[in-house]
Amino acid sequence: MDSSVLNVVLPELILAIGAISLLMLGVFTSNGEAAGRTVTWLSIGLLLATAIAVFQGSGSSLVFGGAFVSDGFTRFLKIVILIGAALTLLMTFDNFGRAKLLQFEYPVLVLLATLGMLMMVSANDLIALYLGLELQSLALYVIAAFKRDDVQSSEAGLKYFVLGALSSGMLLYGASMLYGVTGSTGYATIAAAATIPEMSTNIGLTFGLVFVLVGLAFKIAAVPFHMWTPDVYQGAPTPVTAFFAGAPKIAAMALLLRFTQAALPGIAPQWQQIVIFLAIASMVLGSFAAIGQNNIKRLLAYSSIGNVGFALIGLAANNTEGTAGVLVYLVIYVAMTLGAFACVLAMQRNGRNVESISDLSGLAKTNLTFATILAVLMFSLAGIPPLAGFWAKWYVFLPAIKAGLYPLSVIGVVTSVVGAYYYLRVVKIMFFDETAEGFSPPEGRTFAVMALSAAFVVAFVLPFVGGTVVDAATAAASVLVPAHP
Amino acid sequence: MSNILTVTTFLPLVGALLIATLNSEAKGNARWIALWTTLVTFAVSLLIWINFDTNTAGFQFVEEHAWLGPLKYKMGVDGISMLFVILTTFLMPLCILASWVSVQDRVKEYMIAFLVLETLMLGVFCALDMVLFYLFFEGGLIPMFIIIGVWGGKRRVYASFKFFLYTLLGSVLMLLAMMAMYWHAGTTDIPTLLQTKFPPDMQWWLWLAFFASFAVKMPMWPVHTWLPDAHVEAPTAGSVILAGILLKMGGYGFLRFSLPMFPNASADLAPLVFTLSIVAIIYTSLVALVQEDIKKLIAYSSVAHMGFVTMGIFTATQQGVDGAIFQMLSHGIISSALFLCVGVIYDRTHTREIAAYGGLVERMPKYAVAFMVFTMANVGLPGTSGFIGEFLTLLAAFKANTWVAILATTGIILSAAYALYLYRRVIFGALEKANLKGLLDLSPREIAILAPLVLLTIFYGVYPAPVLDVTATSVKNLVQNYQSAQGTAAASAAPQGTQ
Repeated sequence: MDSSVLNVVLPELILAIGAISLLMLGVFTSNGEAAGRTVTWLSIGLLLATAIAVFQGSGSSLVFGGAFVSDGFTRFLKIVILIGAALTLLMTFDNFGRAKLLQFEYPVLVLLATLGMLMMVSANDLIALYLGLELQSLALYVIAAFKRDDVQSSEAGLKYFVLGALSSGMLLYGASMLYGVTGSTGYATIAAAATIPEMSTNIGLTFGLVFVLVGLAFKIAAVPFHMWTPDVYQGAPTPVTAFFAGAPKIAAMALLLRFTQAALPGIAPQWQQIVIFLAIASMVLGSFAAIGQNNIKRLLAYSSIGNVGFALIGLAANNTEGTAGVLVYLVIYVAMTLGAFACVLAMQRNGRNVESISDLSGLAKTNLTFATILAVLMFSLAGIPPLAGFWAKWYVFLPAIKAGLYPLSVIGVVTSVVGAYYYLRVVKIMFFDETAEGFSPPEGRTFAVMALSAAFVVAFVLPFVGGTVVDAATAAASVLVPAHP
Repeated sequence: MSNILTVTTFLPLVGALLIATLNSEAKGNARWIALWTTLVTFAVSLLIWINFDTNTAGFQFVEEHAWLGPLKYKMGVDGISMLFVILTTFLMPLCILASWVSVQDRVKEYMIAFLVLETLMLGVFCALDMVLFYLFFEGGLIPMFIIIGVWGGKRRVYASFKFFLYTLLGSVLMLLAMMAMYWHAGTTDIPTLLQTKFPPDMQWWLWLAFFASFAVKMPMWPVHTWLPDAHVEAPTAGSVILAGILLKMGGYGFLRFSLPMFPNASADLAPLVFTLSIVAIIYTSLVALVQEDIKKLIAYSSVAHMGFVTMGIFTATQQGVDGAIFQMLSHGIISSALFLCVGVIYDRTHTREIAAYGGLVERMPKYAVAFMVFTMANVGLPGTSGFIGEFLTLLAAFKANTWVAILATTGIILSAAYALYLYRRVIFGALEKANLKGLLDLSPREIAILAPLVLLTIFYGVYPAPVLDVTATSVKNLVQNYQSAQGTAAASAAPQGTQ
């Protein structure tokens, strides 16, 4: 293998070798907790080092027979994924420390999952797609059940695994159909085959498309394949949930973007219909089902379902602006979600975490800074300007309007108003209600993530913050083949 | 001078940040910083007014900076927006003073919320980029939501949610319309969009989407129901801001977007606006008659008065639009004053029920005089500022459609009925209730709040020229463009009809 190939996959190599080395380090260190702490810190460093390696890359290259692609699009998403994963690891220390879960296996599994995500982002072939996806999923199944002696956590792991395996099966089935019809697993060949006019009505191609999309919809938790989300989010230990809500969604969305736009631009109208349906169903369910929730993790689970619906609007638009919009949406979504979960982690009294929304009662009086940060994040999730959440919506609705998807857009903005209700409810409970017992002050690392996220959300409106993200996303999106140039 | 609008807009935000650094026990400091910030902002805004050139219709004090991609940070004022800026900066110090004693809980947060709100409101009137406008327009919901919800009355939670969700629902449709305009015109720059000719069928949809937002904000019948709730539950200063400025954003929006950008749709849909305005004027006046709560009564009277504004705007004539702007400014002064008057007695007795009062003139003669002036102005008595706006809009409506004018005039009679009925029940009659016998008349602080409002109400009633001079040139330009658009639409429709 020549060195140019190694250069292209350098970030993945660093991460893979690093993860295995850290596994060794953990195994051969006798003190469990100290090993956990050290490996977690080293993992954060490794993730950031990988991010730097990604950042150093340039140009577009295809390696491994066209199965692995590295270009501006993948670099953008990989950096977001790596930073997101690093921040979630930063949030684990205090919570896991208290729960006696600070073991070295966890960061190593996160590293392996992240490696899977990087491969998903770079996948340019159905086999590569599946490999990345499974590496990611298997690691995630395990960490969902990481609190072994907790019934809910075990249930979450099992549920996630069973449903995840089912969806992987569907995805494989769809992939086999696509292979059968087009004779290849490579995106480029599939794209060429699918562009032939007669193919647009080919039943095998359509079925293959539907099955693959079903499998991917499960991974991003789009309605009607979302059932696992609230249970898994609630059952899994909170730092794990924070991880689930962020990086894996980005990777799966990246997969979806490249699969639809690079492999199947020829039958765009067909997948657009499906994506529009997924978007509408997710937005509607995400906003209405969240209204009745009392557990903040379940609330955020439905919120993430709704958010995926909004992100899909950009994909449904099927233009370069839409792809850029999805990327901007993902960045902002990850920032907001991480902040929100950091706040959930900070909800603790006497060393115990609480998860009920009513526990936030009157927080503005006992800890105004905490309440303000969470309120900013909630207003942002509701999409109120000038906060980042508004811009996220702006950049996905704008291309949808360009593409003439008016009914979708109207449904989208109306559901965002419904969604605003439950985000506002959190603010109401913190600011308007009588004071409950206060929380212990947030620990340093958790608070840092909270504050960082809130600062990003507020500062997005400034040109050097928002402008940078938007420019980078636009550049990244322009690399991906536009369906209708 | 080149960035005076940015300075004015963001000065309150600086004040808010300053207060945020204070210790939470420092109530007095928070109040004083807020007062000085708003006073300085007012002074700076007066500088803008002094340097404002009344002879040009275009935007003045324009500043433009790069922002996010095609969006620009662009600020500027013309004759239409100029005085709303002044109204905002003028009312803010009064609001701070009005909350001086009545707000004792979480003073620091209260002042921050008001100062942030001031920045956002000023931004609405100064923004010359559509998205920037939307940012300020919607952003204002956050502080207002907090103000009603934290410092409001018993049903504050219900009122704050209703206010927030109602307004948001209207606005998101406008947002989609803005996106459609962006793809059509390729820019979000308001001066450019004012020159853009949108195809008539597209105008209809855009007009309706903008209407959804501004009609709620205005508020027009039948989407006005959030207003009485919000007014009743909001603290006094919150009501003042709502009635004085937030409602004006709806009218300002009609003047900035609907009328000049979609002239053909405006002409087609003017009958709809007239109908809703007439219903608002008559129906809400009747509703006001039977109210038991003083604030609710004034809230319904606001809806009725805003009916004159929408009617005036969509006559699209010089008198009508001038009158509408004047009516908005004068209502901004009068209704704010009325809410402050309610606040004065509410601070003393902690009830807003009309039945709980009576015979206040015996204990509070100064208060009775001030309240009388504002009641008369609310009725539209000649010699008060309330008269000028209503008269001009009715004059314009009479030319546009006689029936509209005749029906709207009944609103003036009804307003006299409910306003005088209110005044009689609260101020006159025998002083019987025991708890009213110990009431004190206006304190020097309260006089300082109400005196400028009394003066302005009478001054502009007698001499409206300073206001009309500012608006005249811009309004003339707006009306001319509107009429020439009607001409071209007719001309382009004719050949199409023969095909």
